[in-house]
Amino acid sequence: MTATLTYDLAHLIGATVLMMGFALLYQRRVSSVIRIYALQALALAAAAAWQAYIQDAPHLYLTAAIALVFKAIIVPLALSWLVRRLGMHRTIETALGIGPTLVIGVGLVALSILLVLPVTEGAAALARESLALAMSVLLLGLLMMITRRNAVTQVIGFMALENGLLLAAVSAQGMPLVVEISVAFAVLVAMILFGIFFFRIRERFDSLDVETLDPYRGDRP
Amino acid sequence: MTAGAALLLLLVASLVPLGAGHLARAHQAAYGLCLGSALVLALVALVHLAAGDAARLAVLPFGLPWMAAHFRLDQLSAFFLLVINLPAAMAALYGIGYGLHAPEYRRVTPFFPLFLLGMNVVVLADDAFVFLVGWEFMSLASWLLVLSNHRDQETRRAAHLYLIMASFGGFCLLPAFGLMAGEGGDFRFEAMRAGEFGPVAGFLVVLLALLGAGSKAGLVPLHAWLPQAHPAAPSHVSALMSGVMTKVALYGLVRILFDLHGAVDWRWGAALMLIGAASAVIGVLYALMQTDLKRLLAYSTVENIGVIAISLGLALAFKDQGRQALAALALVAAFYHMLNHAAFKTLLFLGAGAVQAATHERELNRLGGLIKRMPVTAPAFLLGAMAISALPPLNGFVSEWLIFQSLFRGPELPHWTMKFGVPVVGALLALAAALAAACFVRAFGIAFLGRARSAAAAQAAEVVAPMRAALVLLAVLCVVLGVIPVTVTGALATIAEPLAGAALEPAVGLGWPWLSPADGERGSYAATVLVLAGLVLAGLLLWATRRLSPLPVRVAPSWDCGQPDPSPATQYTADSFAQPLRRVFGTRIFGARETVEMPPPGDPRPARFSLRMRDPIWQGLYLPLAAGVDWLAERINRMQFLSIRRYLMLMFLTLVVLLVVVGVRQ
Repeated sequence: MTATLTYDLAHLIGATVLMMGFALLYQRRVSSVIRIYALQALALAAAAAWQAYIQDAPHLYLTAAIALVFKAIIVPLALSWLVRRLGMHRTIETALGIGPTLVIGVGLVALSILLVLPVTEGAAALARESLALAMSVLLLGLLMMITRRNAVTQVIGFMALENGLLLAAVSAQGMPLVVEISVAFAVLVAMILFGIFFFRIRERFDSLDVETLDPYRGDRP
Repeated sequence: MTAGAALLLLLVASLVPLGAGHLARAHQAAYGLCLGSALVLALVALVHLAAGDAARLAVLPFGLPWMAAHFRLDQLSAFFLLVINLPAAMAALYGIGYGLHAPEYRRVTPFFPLFLLGMNVVVLADDAFVFLVGWEFMSLASWLLVLSNHRDQETRRAAHLYLIMASFGGFCLLPAFGLMAGEGGDFRFEAMRAGEFGPVAGFLVVLLALLGAGSKAGLVPLHAWLPQAHPAAPSHVSALMSGVMTKVALYGLVRILFDLHGAVDWRWGAALMLIGAASAVIGVLYALMQTDLKRLLAYSTVENIGVIAISLGLALAFKDQGRQALAALALVAAFYHMLNHAAFKTLLFLGAGAVQAATHERELNRLGGLIKRMPVTAPAFLLGAMAISALPPLNGFVSEWLIFQSLFRGPELPHWTMKFGVPVVGALLALAAALAAACFVRAFGIAFLGRARSAAAAQAAEVVAPMRAALVLLAVLCVVLGVIPVTVTGALATIAEPLAGAALEPAVGLGWPWLSPADGERGSYAATVLVLAGLVLAGLLLWATRRLSPLPVRVAPSWDCGQPDPSPATQYTADSFAQPLRRVFGTRIFGARETVEMPPPGDPRPARFSLRMRDPIWQGLYLPLAAGVDWLAERINRMQFLSIRRYLMLMFLTLVVLLVVVGVRQ
């Protein structure tokens, strides 16, 4: 297998993760957001597996498996169950229109490429590309968290952000396994906490719009 | 070595009273330990100065993990060690007697040695870390001392203001040292001395040093805390804060501007002179308007710090213009005045403390006639007042005379601004000196002369022996420093030499005992001759009057004028004595308004006189500043009540902005 193919495939998978990050931004229904998220996690698992193969690092297979099981299967299923269970609105309320969000997203990708490429001058081309992609995914996740009102979409934004982190971790050689595992578990714990949180909000306010929480804060004078 | 042991002794002294409770002996023992260690430190300094030794270094293994603590005793530190510890020893001696009279004395004794320790560490420090630790130690210990009488609302306010200003000063000095340390981050003074600063860094260092040390020293307009905090402390602490702590601040200024920075632009000298002139005139005008004895003394400190700042500024200007010999003259004058002010301001504050201990009064309008009730305190206070009013043959005269001698040489500077500016500053200094004399005539006259204005003043009794001893010793110090000016100037010249870059010859042309720093014809002053001649003449006169007068000495009541008046209210009051000067200067500067309410004829109500003044700097600078801070806080406060999404947005924007900054800088 030639070096070009190695590079191209890694690039393709990384780009898929990024594409899914964009796709998350223009979804109008909660169910499709969850589905896209599952696809992103799947792409991430593929990226991890491919990195495991080319870096000849068996522990990355474990990372790939964790990503596949937890992020691509369990988390989306749990979220869909939550959405059904809560009987919430299926449409997404945006704080910023979809067009402008996408424009900002493109700007963020440009920013991370401009930033990462000069910084990592000495590193291998593959690591540089992957880092730029990972950082774009991370920023897109953050962008999703602030432009969507619904609590479920905020959680998915957070998970997407975490996917970006993991993508960076697998492409950097020598990242210890324990870091990846702990990140994965942290996400799971966060997911459970968010789930409980949803139920509580929902019980009180009949809505998952986080803005409804604001009048109840205790620290307002 | 000896100095280190003395410093440790101070630490021990602060621990002694902790478990003692009300046990008077323990508190007195703590003051005794302070007295001992201050004397040892003063002796170390004297020996170092007298031997003219080279700087002694000590590196101790504590402080920051990657850096040991550096100490250094050079001529400048030794001089300031002396300036600190002579008054400190006297204050400790005074404290043995006074300490138990002070309200809440148990809150004073543990911090008094720490305060001394902080000041000593500042002048011995040889790296920025030790310097700042000592500086903050000094600030915080004195803050706690100010706060000792914390049940008084006024005291708490003063302490709060002091804490704010002290933090401000510390915040200014920290980046000043950071800038001097440069990118290498070498905080040893040695490295700073060797380092070169760019124009921007050099400018900022001087500005920050002026703000940091100036706020501690009490230069206008950063003086606002001083007249509130100094009087609020117990008197022996006020004496040290006013007489000594301000000198430590000036030490910081001298160390940075003359030693570490070393190449300060002459314009800074001009600026310092202007600030000093403003401090001198405004300080003494404020002092003239006060009726609280200790507050009056505190404002007089602002004046004297201004006088010293004028001289330091002049030295900077001379030095930058290549007139090293004149810079040495101005610097020596400044040092002389620092030493003098430390002596007589400590004396005056301790005297005010004695008055307070005897009468429980600080208000001038309720004192009076104390010269008969307090036969030791009154002459000592009088000597201090004469010294601070710059009357020959006392020490205040010598240093102000030297400052004038250096000001007269100001027109030799090449710049026209200075040629014209220096005489203006000289005129302002002359005005301040005259007003200071008026101020202390008023202070002494109202407090000690005339008849008692209150029952407490009428029943005052002389204070205990240790307090009297401290007062007498300080008064003797004032006289001694005044009558041997050539010796003192010569000693100070060796200290100023490395800082100014040239030596000062104290007696050019005429030789001892004539002090003639320029040459014999431009001006000379022989205090020793003056004193001897004065003593002989006074003795002759006294003998002649006693001998030749046909009548015996009669003792008559004061302010009697042949028509006994039962009410002491017919005497001058502090306010009425200041009235002419208040009308001349106060109407414009303080907005002083006098109103007299006369009841119509036939109405038996008494007429009322009321006086209103405002503080222009407090109302024009501090209150708007406080309002501005409040306004800003109100705006920023809104950030506390955003929604989760907005917080995320803020974080996101910050991240993106930082990333863009990084991207652009590449």
